Amino acid sequence: MHGRPRKPSKPEDAAASAAKAQKLRVLQSQFLHNHQNKIFTKEAVELSAKLLEINPESYTAWNYRKLAVEHYLTLSNSNPESHNSIFDEELRVAESALRQNFKSYGAWHHRKWVFSKGHSSINHELRLLDKFQKADSRNFHAWNHRRFVAALMNISEEDELKYTEDMICNNFSNYSAWHNRSVLLSNLLKKKANGFLLKVKVLPEYEFVHQALFTDPDDQSGWFYHRWLLDQTVKVDSPLLASSWPAHGSDVMLLGDSCPSSPFTNFHSDSGTFPLILYFNQAVEGVNSSTVLVNYELNTIKDLIWKPLSANKSQTAQVWVTQLNFNGVEPKAYSVEVSLGHSQGIISSSGFHYNHPSRFAFRVCVQLVEKGPAKGLGGDVILWRDENFHIYDAHSVESSSVISPDQLSIQNDHETTAFEWRTEAIAKEIDHFRELLSLINCKIGKLTLARLLMAHDTMTCQSPNKTFHLEEVLELYNDLMKLDPSHVQYYKDEHSLVLLQQVTSSKESLLRHCFHYRNLTSSHIGNPICVRLNNLLLSRVGSFDKLLWVQMLDLSHNELQSIEGLEAMQLLSCLNLSNNVLSSFTALEPLRSLKSLKVLNISHNEIGTHSIDTTRHLCSSPLSHSAGSEWNTGEIVNTDIDVKSYWEAYFILKDLNLTQLDIVGNAISGEKFKSLLIKVLPALKWLDGEQLH
Amino acid sequence: MTTSDLPPYPPIDPTTFDLIIIGTGLPASLISASSSAAGKSVLHLDPNPFYGSHFSSLSVPDLTSFLNSHSAPHSDENLTLTTRPLFSDVEISNFSPELLDQHSRKFNIDLSGPRVLFCADKSIDLMLKSGANQYVEFKSVDASFVGDGDGRLWSVPDSRAAIFKDKTLGLMEKNQLMRFFKLVQGHLSENENNESENGAKISAEDLESPFVEFLSKMKLPPKIKLIVLYAIAMADYDQENTEIHKGLLKTKDGIDRLALYNASVGRFPNALGALINPIYGQGELPQAFCRRAAVKGCLFVLRMPVISLLKDEDSGSYKGVRLASGQDIFSEKLVLDPSFTVPWPLSSSPCEQMHDTFQVLSLGDDKVKVARGICITKRSLKPDLLNCLVVFPPRSLFPEQVTSIRVLQLSSNLAVCPSGMFVLYFSALCDEINQGKKLLHAALNALLKLLVSGNSENSSTFQSVDTEHGEPTLLWSALYIQGLTKGGQIASVSSTPMPDGSLNYNDLLDATEKLFQNMYPNEEFFRETTEPENSEDDGGLTLET
Repeated sequence: MHGRPRKPSKPEDAAASAAKAQKLRVLQSQFLHNHQNKIFTKEAVELSAKLLEINPESYTAWNYRKLAVEHYLTLSNSNPESHNSIFDEELRVAESALRQNFKSYGAWHHRKWVFSKGHSSINHELRLLDKFQKADSRNFHAWNHRRFVAALMNISEEDELKYTEDMICNNFSNYSAWHNRSVLLSNLLKKKANGFLLKVKVLPEYEFVHQALFTDPDDQSGWFYHRWLLDQTVKVDSPLLASSWPAHGSDVMLLGDSCPSSPFTNFHSDSGTFPLILYFNQAVEGVNSSTVLVNYELNTIKDLIWKPLSANKSQTAQVWVTQLNFNGVEPKAYSVEVSLGHSQGIISSSGFHYNHPSRFAFRVCVQLVEKGPAKGLGGDVILWRDENFHIYDAHSVESSSVISPDQLSIQNDHETTAFEWRTEAIAKEIDHFRELLSLINCKIGKLTLARLLMAHDTMTCQSPNKTFHLEEVLELYNDLMKLDPSHVQYYKDEHSLVLLQQVTSSKESLLRHCFHYRNLTSSHIGNPICVRLNNLLLSRVGSFDKLLWVQMLDLSHNELQSIEGLEAMQLLSCLNLSNNVLSSFTALEPLRSLKSLKVLNISHNEIGTHSIDTTRHLCSSPLSHSAGSEWNTGEIVNTDIDVKSYWEAYFILKDLNLTQLDIVGNAISGEKFKSLLIKVLPALKWLDGEQLH
Repeated sequence: MTTSDLPPYPPIDPTTFDLIIIGTGLPASLISASSSAAGKSVLHLDPNPFYGSHFSSLSVPDLTSFLNSHSAPHSDENLTLTTRPLFSDVEISNFSPELLDQHSRKFNIDLSGPRVLFCADKSIDLMLKSGANQYVEFKSVDASFVGDGDGRLWSVPDSRAAIFKDKTLGLMEKNQLMRFFKLVQGHLSENENNESENGAKISAEDLESPFVEFLSKMKLPPKIKLIVLYAIAMADYDQENTEIHKGLLKTKDGIDRLALYNASVGRFPNALGALINPIYGQGELPQAFCRRAAVKGCLFVLRMPVISLLKDEDSGSYKGVRLASGQDIFSEKLVLDPSFTVPWPLSSSPCEQMHDTFQVLSLGDDKVKVARGICITKRSLKPDLLNCLVVFPPRSLFPEQVTSIRVLQLSSNLAVCPSGMFVLYFSALCDEINQGKKLLHAALNALLKLLVSGNSENSSTFQSVDTEHGEPTLLWSALYIQGLTKGGQIASVSSTPMPDGSLNYNDLLDATEKLFQNMYPNEEFFRETTEPENSEDDGGLTLET
């Protein structure tokens, strides 16, 4: 059935098909006449059967038959025997249609419809399915129908697993059989019936799929199953808090900059508020002031408004943020404690509850407001020149108070024991594939090894004897880029994410990217640290959980097409995205959530070449439903701003409060656009290095 | 044709034929069917009351008497057509006479075992071409194994699915073996396309090198080499013994054999693997071709011994035969069973001359013989399998073992024995009788070890239970040495070859085709049947699953 070349049609075939078309046309018009006039006589119904036998794809004819069945059912006065004969006839017609074309959607659906009507003679079904699966073991219609029938007949998952095993033993190049296996195992795992634990069910599967992978590594069907297994092994069901800002045990300096403190936590705020960020290991919903308790000075802060930070406007997100307001309080140090997981309510998108009670605490130092010219960033122009950045020397000043990135994350030691057998399983897998790759060159094998190594690192990162394979993974992705140019973008993205993970993996490596910004004209001791991740060939950004504290970030001279996830960096006030390949304003959508952002450099990109971000599936536009609530149509019509021409720029920029913007060197330009910018960004002082009056 | 009501020697009419064939062995039957199809008038005689001669399948008593009668020299001195004993050293042991007597007629035991057919064999093609396939049904051999001296069986991973399922190979071995198969497949498909762009072809230099060296060059581990050489390529002689310069496979021959194996797997969708077996025994094959011959007008007379050959007085050449009935029948050509020796020229000259002609007409591979054994057992070699093949590679049973011993177990589902019993055939090539005996006894011991241990992974527990019942596992056995003849031709008289030491009939078919071509240079060996008589079953093969 598969891999057979099509034969070119012969002239006699053409004649035959013309004759068939002629016959079909006559049948079709007669049938439509019957259908329109609701004629359900015996002859009329038989005519539809004839039509379907020639052309099983005629949906109208199937629907007509359904109407005819309903018609005869009401006539037959609930006589079960005549009901059965009506249904049997439908099954017969569907079967002969399937003999004509065993991939006819309409015919398979019709069978299903008959059984959903409560027709009980389903026993024949499995035999029929056997026949179809013998003719083509990869017929996914038959596999679909099999699942339906098995559910209807209450066939146990174990029995069906045995069936897939037999099919795979006949020919393991069978995506449908592997897939069905994953479906059945998922069902079993969901039930957790008969002590069905991941450990006893999933681990033997590795052994099984190895036979396929090693026998013929070029066959992809087993690799897909292996990937599913890996996901099952690595997957943590219940959501966990991955990191937060402020971090546990840290101090937040609020208002004023004269106090020498750690640049990692020092935070200026004119309004007396600062964000509290929760970063989960997966998307969750239900974060609110009753599921997350924020206490300070023994009082619970009520009515905190938690906002999900997600690209689409759903109420499920990996990152949640709220604003803590310390405005007008007595200047001193307050200790704040955040606890969550004590009551149910935080639920992952797959339905698991946050059920590990956890708490973290930090201190907030409120200082007297120094009146006078607003200090801090944004007052002067920020020049992203190398000479203005000085490597941050942790040993000279402030070294004692530097918080290592390890401490920036929450400790989750409660899960480590459960990880033991999983880690062991992954380690075994790693050994197997290293051995395979020592013998042959296999792209998907390398990709799998890279994923295994990353999974291993993730699982051991909490344990004392952690190992990092990041170098090896980077090497694998480098190889893959050369070996498999058609998927180079994917490998680049993965490479970028791993590289960032490497950068943020230890204090030492992160410090290599930490710089002091010092302008010629000013020397801000209290200026925040700039994390410079420029010139790293990044095509994606990640590891945000380790970078929540960053206020100044340089991502220039990379290959970024997207900045997805950047919305988590709520403290960002200066961002350099220049010299990347961002191609639209919509690609900048994460910036809309960054309320502190003052200085933005998006010069020398390709903004304007596309109106939407082609690297994402979902993005807001005035036409999309997700953004509908955000767009005030009156606003568009009534302002004197040329919104229509630059709606995407307007959409991104209108919520920003920028004081400095560099946008030169993009496809979008012109005086008209410049005037739009000035109108949309009233606080703007510097545009492309020029001071605005 | 041969019911007991008929007089023992019915008169034959007409009395002149294009061709007389004596003996209904497979090669004789092929010539019979092919000559009849080519329009020749053929009289096909057999002194036995059954079809197949040395290729037939018989009941236990019939088999015993056939072996015995063909292992003793004939005493009938006044026949110009003498027979010679092709079997020797027959050892028959009956451990359960009552049980066997009870069922004696339910056996169809091959004289020429062990025999299997590859699905892509020439014999299958010939059956389809001739229409003989409509008289025979087949069943798959469930599995094949390589046996070692320690009583373990290693399954032969002969296809992608079999490699996947195999439980004894390590993951890396699976990978290596599959890559080797792919290399061979790539080479074969390159040959087909006549394009050598991909470089998947095996170099000419490699093709001429010994296959065993090529396998080493491909870095196949020893265990896989053993499997490929002896259980897939079915090499007869030790490929790694440099002292015997016999039967060394070249890479190109090895590749051809792998190609046959590969083409066999999956040729028929309902066949399990590469190998199939006819139901009711191998004797069905000569019978099927005889039936084809009969359909084409050949006249068959069984139980008809031939007393002497008639010669033309002037030229001294062959002109006909005198039958046991006393009737003289004339023909242009004669084909003889391998057990006959012919004096040449046809005269009642001294014995030494007879001896010379014997050498000429049935030139065997002078020395080489086949040692064959048959066992009837109560248990299977592998508890969960009915029909299977086991190969003991050279040196696996004893150090001086230079040839492969092949064992075929068949069960009652092939209608060769009563249910609950199994028939085991084994054979090996040997140079002389003692060597052959040693091979047979070693094989018998190895098989008994397998049978007694139950060969299951947790064997020890089964063993004790079974011995308590006191039932012997081995019911009956026969060991014998069979001579090899290649067949030959002198003027108008031809002699057909004996069953050889191979598993399939490919070499025999080639020899038979050659005989036929020499007899009828202008005729095609099995003309394609264009008659629509079997068009409805698509020329397929009846395979029972």
